[in-house]
Amino acid sequence: MPLTNSLRDDILATVPSLRAFAMSLSGNSDRADDLVQETLLRALANIDSFQPGSNLPAWLFTILRNLFRSDYRKRRREVEDADGSYAETLKSQPNQTAHLEFEEFRAALEKLPQDQREALILVGASGFSYEDAAAICGCAVGTIKSRVNRARSKLSTMLSVDNAEDFGPDDTVRAVIGGGR
Amino acid sequence: MKDNKPQIAKSGGASKPGGLNSEIQSRIGHQLRAMYDDVVRQGVPDRFADLIRKLDTPDGGAGTPVKNDGRD
Repeated sequence: MPLTNSLRDDILATVPSLRAFAMSLSGNSDRADDLVQETLLRALANIDSFQPGSNLPAWLFTILRNLFRSDYRKRRREVEDADGSYAETLKSQPNQTAHLEFEEFRAALEKLPQDQREALILVGASGFSYEDAAAICGCAVGTIKSRVNRARSKLSTMLSVDNAEDFGPDDTVRAVIGGGR
Repeated sequence: MKDNKPQIAKSGGASKPGGLNSEIQSRIGHQLRAMYDDVVRQGVPDRFADLIRKLDTPDGGAGTPVKNDGRD
C-alpha cells in the first residue's frame, strides 16, 4: 500500500519497540540504531509489499531481524559492549544493587544462543503471540515455544547458581520478586 | 517436530525446593521487560522522525508540523 499519513504514524509508533528489540539483539546502542535505520529504509522502499490490515509491527520486526541475522554472520559481534554503552542508555535503575543485578541478568541473556534469545525477547518482552513470533523468525510455533522454554530454563539455571551465594535479604530483590505476584 | 513441554523443574540440579525457581522465573520476566521498556520509554529519536518525514515529502518537508516524538 502507499505510504499514507496514518501508515507513517504507525511506523513511527513502532520505532520505540523496534529499538528495544534491536538493542536486545545487538547489545550495542549505536549498532541498534543503525539497524533500526536500515529497517526503516528497507520498509519504506518496500512499502508496496505491505498488506493493509496485516500486522505492521510483525512486518517491521521481521525486516529488522533478517537484517540483523544477515549482518551478524558477517560481523560476528565485532563490537561487544566493552565500554558499557548499553548500560549507559539505561537510566531508570533505582540504585547500585539493582544495577548490578541488572548487569548480571544482561550477561546471562547474552550467553543464550541467538535463536533462544530472540524468541524469549519477542514473546516475553515485545509481547508478540507465539504465532507472530514464529512468523517473524520463520519457524514453527512449536519451535518458538520450545526455544522460549529452553531460554527460561537456561537463564534460571545461570541466575540460580549466581544467587545461591548472594540471594540474601535484600530489599531490592524482594521488591522485584514481590512485584511479580 | 516435537513440542517440548516446559522442563524448568529439572534443569540439572539448579531447581531447589521452596519455589526458588519460580521466584527466579518471576525475576527473569521482570528484568526482561525492564530492560526492554527502558529503551521503549526513550521514544522516537529525532533522526527517525526526520527520516520518515523527509521520505514522505521529497522537497524536504519544510511545512510538515513537528510530531510529538513519544516522550512524555
